Amino acid sequence: MQQFSELVKLLSNSTKTNEKLAALSQYFATAPDKDKTWVLALFSGRRPKRTVNSTQLRNWCIEVANLPEWLFDECYHTVGDLAETIALLLPPGTKPISAPLHYWLEQLMRLEKADESVKHDFILQTWDALDRNERFVFNKLITGGFRIGVSQKMMVNALAQTYQIPAPTLSHMLSGNWNPYQVTIEDLLHLHTSGADASRPYPFYLAYALEDTPQALGSEKDWQAEWKWDGIRGQIIKRENQLFVWSRGEELITEKFPEFQSLTAALPNGTVIDGEILTFMDGSPLPFQTLQTRIGRKNITKKQLQEAPVVFLSYDLLEYEESDIREEALAERRAKLEELVARINDPVLKLSPVIGFESWEELIEQRLTARSKGSEGLMLKKLSAPYQVGRKRGDWWKWKIDPFTIDAVMIYAQKGHGRRSNLYTDYTFAVKNGDQLIPFTKAYSGLTDKEITEVDRWVKQNSIEKFGPVRTVTPTLVFEIAFEGIAASNRHKSGVALRFPRINRWRKDKPVDEINTLEDLKELLRKYESKE
Amino acid sequence: MKLLEFTDKGIYCEAGDFYIDPWKPVKRAIITHAHSDHAKWGNESYLCEHATVPLLKLRLGNDIKVQGVAFNEPIFINGVEVSLHPAGHMIGAAQIKVTYRGEIWVVSGDYKLENDGLSIPFEPVQCHTFITESTFGLPIYQWEPQEQIFSKIFQWISNNKQDEKASVLLAYSLGKAQRLLYQLQDKVDRFLVHGAIAIPHATLLEEGYPLPPVERITPDTPKADFKNAVVIAPPSAEDHVWLRKMQPYSLGVCSGWMQVRGNMRRRNADAGFALSDHADWQGLLQAVKATKAEQVYVTHGFSNAFARYLTESGIQAFAVNTEYGDEEMIANPES
Repeated sequence: MQQFSELVKLLSNSTKTNEKLAALSQYFATAPDKDKTWVLALFSGRRPKRTVNSTQLRNWCIEVANLPEWLFDECYHTVGDLAETIALLLPPGTKPISAPLHYWLEQLMRLEKADESVKHDFILQTWDALDRNERFVFNKLITGGFRIGVSQKMMVNALAQTYQIPAPTLSHMLSGNWNPYQVTIEDLLHLHTSGADASRPYPFYLAYALEDTPQALGSEKDWQAEWKWDGIRGQIIKRENQLFVWSRGEELITEKFPEFQSLTAALPNGTVIDGEILTFMDGSPLPFQTLQTRIGRKNITKKQLQEAPVVFLSYDLLEYEESDIREEALAERRAKLEELVARINDPVLKLSPVIGFESWEELIEQRLTARSKGSEGLMLKKLSAPYQVGRKRGDWWKWKIDPFTIDAVMIYAQKGHGRRSNLYTDYTFAVKNGDQLIPFTKAYSGLTDKEITEVDRWVKQNSIEKFGPVRTVTPTLVFEIAFEGIAASNRHKSGVALRFPRINRWRKDKPVDEINTLEDLKELLRKYESKE
Repeated sequence: MKLLEFTDKGIYCEAGDFYIDPWKPVKRAIITHAHSDHAKWGNESYLCEHATVPLLKLRLGNDIKVQGVAFNEPIFINGVEVSLHPAGHMIGAAQIKVTYRGEIWVVSGDYKLENDGLSIPFEPVQCHTFITESTFGLPIYQWEPQEQIFSKIFQWISNNKQDEKASVLLAYSLGKAQRLLYQLQDKVDRFLVHGAIAIPHATLLEEGYPLPPVERITPDTPKADFKNAVVIAPPSAEDHVWLRKMQPYSLGVCSGWMQVRGNMRRRNADAGFALSDHADWQGLLQAVKATKAEQVYVTHGFSNAFARYLTESGIQAFAVNTEYGDEEMIANPES
């Protein structure tokens, strides 16, 4: 565990990619094999099964540290991370145990069906056996979410160095469905065998935002333009007579979308399509909020299927007739995709249309109509380019339309997490409605570190409550809030829900009585939501 | 009328007509220590511990009217007895004891319990009412013994040398920087320091403190001097072009705030050392208890939480707002 906790410490403290890469590859070269598999799993978001919950951890820490509950909570709000709060509050350990990472994970796994008292004793004994860094890591194994600035790409690159396997191949090997309790590193990396899991998706190719004008990309003849859709990016896979639907977050979501079952029979084996899952009705997409009703539910009701039916809007073809065709040019892949979709002729499998344009100027005009089509902008893809792995510059660009903006006043503030620990960084904003202020959105990002420090100091001096996570502040600070979309919502007091709200800038020049009104929001709603 | 009042100018004693660490100009100011949030410019007269006098002059100018007194040496101001007692926060740092008609109040200023080797260690003073700081008044702040922290700092310096990097330590220029110099002098041959540290350093050497020699970094310092060097700079140097010349270097921040990972990651430092000149949670509790005070006022820091905890433990305590800050930088905790 010490080796792993040192790795975590180094990775989370280092700001230099090279240092992180070196630490990871050193780790992969020296750690026990079982630990390696686990590290791959943990850093790619595959969490161990949760056998102890956060409330239990909190309560047992309160018991050991002998603190009032409110004080524990104050500490937690300040640190912004439960695992770390507990590691800091516990008294020093007395009976050290040195064991590898997988030992603790296996011990945790055994607790699955154990009585609460057994879990309690195990956690207390473990805390007593570990130092502060190890405790933090141990608690993180339970609470999940190592946010330490290690991207999948970095991990794959480190592994590529250690095992001398090309990064794109590795990336593919590590995606999909595997369980670190069962799989060994040899199996995972096919060091002995060559078998592959039928459900395994390809790593997604992701675009960077276009910051320049499209003219900078060269001749328009070399580019394909499509609308950018705001749904769930996904892959549909048909292999060995089975259908698998993956989200970009590498989650298997086949069960959530029974609509796609017809494709099991229709698609030929050895087919992988990249595209967007969208709620869709009468030939156009529905607002993202309708898709949200379909995510996060285990059982889909008939009503949901009727009100929020989904389609798969195909972007690209990655595997065709059982071969990986990602190295072919987009133009060739697209031709095959069009032919395939036409042949299948199933209403749930659509093509993401290609936008015809003769000149960049014409495309710039087209882009302005995106919102009325329910799209958030354009995608530009180089016709001669292969399908790459991860986020890469050069061949794919997303070119979003300018966001909506609303001037609003801050009314609540809450401390942030991670890098923003002990700083008020999460704010709730309101618009005017007559004499009243109506909260309509929260926003977390968009300010510079310097501005955050300034707002934080202001909040600390101008808040009404003294305890607890949320501080009510005197409505004084005005910010411009940007967002991508707006939809009606009966769950919000304001009656609207925003898509991707964030702070655009601090309007120090604007007094509170000049902020936007609820009517302004409703106007946006009338103008744009109805067309989606 | 209470013996000491919290006014808009600072902590005021009406009976003696003087202020302690006022934040607006007053006639007579008693100063706990020379940090800028406690020793403000513009008072007609200053009174502080002898060791603070040169630091105060350095900061506020030679023309200020300042009287030095020794620790534990009572003086009378308008019939009110005032004495200064070691606070251990930095050189010259004092707690102020105010006695009048049998009632005793003590103002802590900033303090720590650990002996840093340079300042006179904290001495608890029994009183009826104690006014305490609470910069690190949450139980997540439990410092490691300084021997351990310094051995980590030294280990980090050695690792940097192996990697052929300079070690740049960010530490507050008055107090923390000298503590580093004092504690590392047997293990490090040569210290390069920022001007903000070189200036008080010269004053303290003149005063005879056992500090190692330092070399002030100037625009003419050759780049070669920074190879594997140990550099001490104030936190404000962090984002400065000034650092570029030292490349390759590793950046280490010395501050109690480094206890929490998020703070450290925010600083973009390569290493964080939770080394503080303030008492940690246990230190605050121990200090409060040692005063045997019946009543406690809690100023700058996590004042609400610390006051509530004391009250629940049977010591009547109140949080008060002051304008004292936190010389360890990084966003202030609530006041």
